[in-house]
Amino acid sequence: MSVGGEWYLTLAAALFTIGAVGVLVRRNVLVMFMCVELMLNAVNLTFVTFARMLNDIGGQSLVFFVLVVAAAEVVVGLGIIVAIFRRRVGATADDLHLLKG
Amino acid sequence: MTAVLLAAATKVDAGVFVAAAAIILSGAIGVVISRNPVHAALCLVLTLFGVAILFVAQEAHFLAAVQVIVYAGAIVVLFLFVIMLIGVDRSEDIRQEPLRGQRPIAVLLGIIALAEILLLSRGTDWATGAPSLGGPADGDLPNVEKLAESIFTRYLFAFEITSVLLVIAVVGAVTLVRKPPPEETADDDEPPVAPVTAVAATAEGNTP
Repeated sequence: MSVGGEWYLTLAAALFTIGAVGVLVRRNVLVMFMCVELMLNAVNLTFVTFARMLNDIGGQSLVFFVLVVAAAEVVVGLGIIVAIFRRRVGATADDLHLLKG
Repeated sequence: MTAVLLAAATKVDAGVFVAAAAIILSGAIGVVISRNPVHAALCLVLTLFGVAILFVAQEAHFLAAVQVIVYAGAIVVLFLFVIMLIGVDRSEDIRQEPLRGQRPIAVLLGIIALAEILLLSRGTDWATGAPSLGGPADGDLPNVEKLAESIFTRYLFAFEITSVLLVIAVVGAVTLVRKPPPEETADDDEPPVAPVTAVAATAEGNTP
């Protein structure tokens, strides 16, 4: 018998928290983006765990769609980052203050 | 902790879980605290592989393969490519805090959120008793066939919408990173640039 699902959920919660703290703490937009990926992976882990706990393949199907949307999101997000940093130097979020009041 | 784990699982399963959890958490912390974005991307690969191991441990074999191929093989390479392309692979001075006291407060908030999640999950009954929509996860069929049956019957419409999303993402990415033609650059780009520099100059002049 494999490890209980609550351990997986605890690990996923810890991973999600680390990702969220990373988004709050870091200033480099690329690293912030990677922390968003960490949070997405934590949620994927939760889905797979629930798919096993509730004996429902729907959780795994949802992870499939999350993967697709994450890939599309990364492509568009990195395109935006490239478009922004072609015009200016510096990769911290504090440099992007044109809309600041 | 290990004793509690071992009580419910075999030694191999518990060992795999503990090793994968250590890999995942160390990789995640590495992403957050590493100064160089390239190192952060490599730590991200570590975390993604750990999650793939846990997918295998929970019999989501197809998703484990896709996790390695799509995330570690495509997304992280894309990250590294952009890091190299826009030249931000130099180290960031991580000791300098942009806002005073922001980091301790952020870490504190994270710990509070984690404690809250764990506390709430302790008192919740996980199983809802709702009928399964996608079909059972166990059974004789291999994982790939069960997942395929679920996606291509129950979630067929969402699957087809996915293709539209991918086309939109490709077109959007190409449009975003395309260099504007020279005559458009002269017309469209220069007027916004001039006021922006003026505003920045005034702001800098006013700050001291």
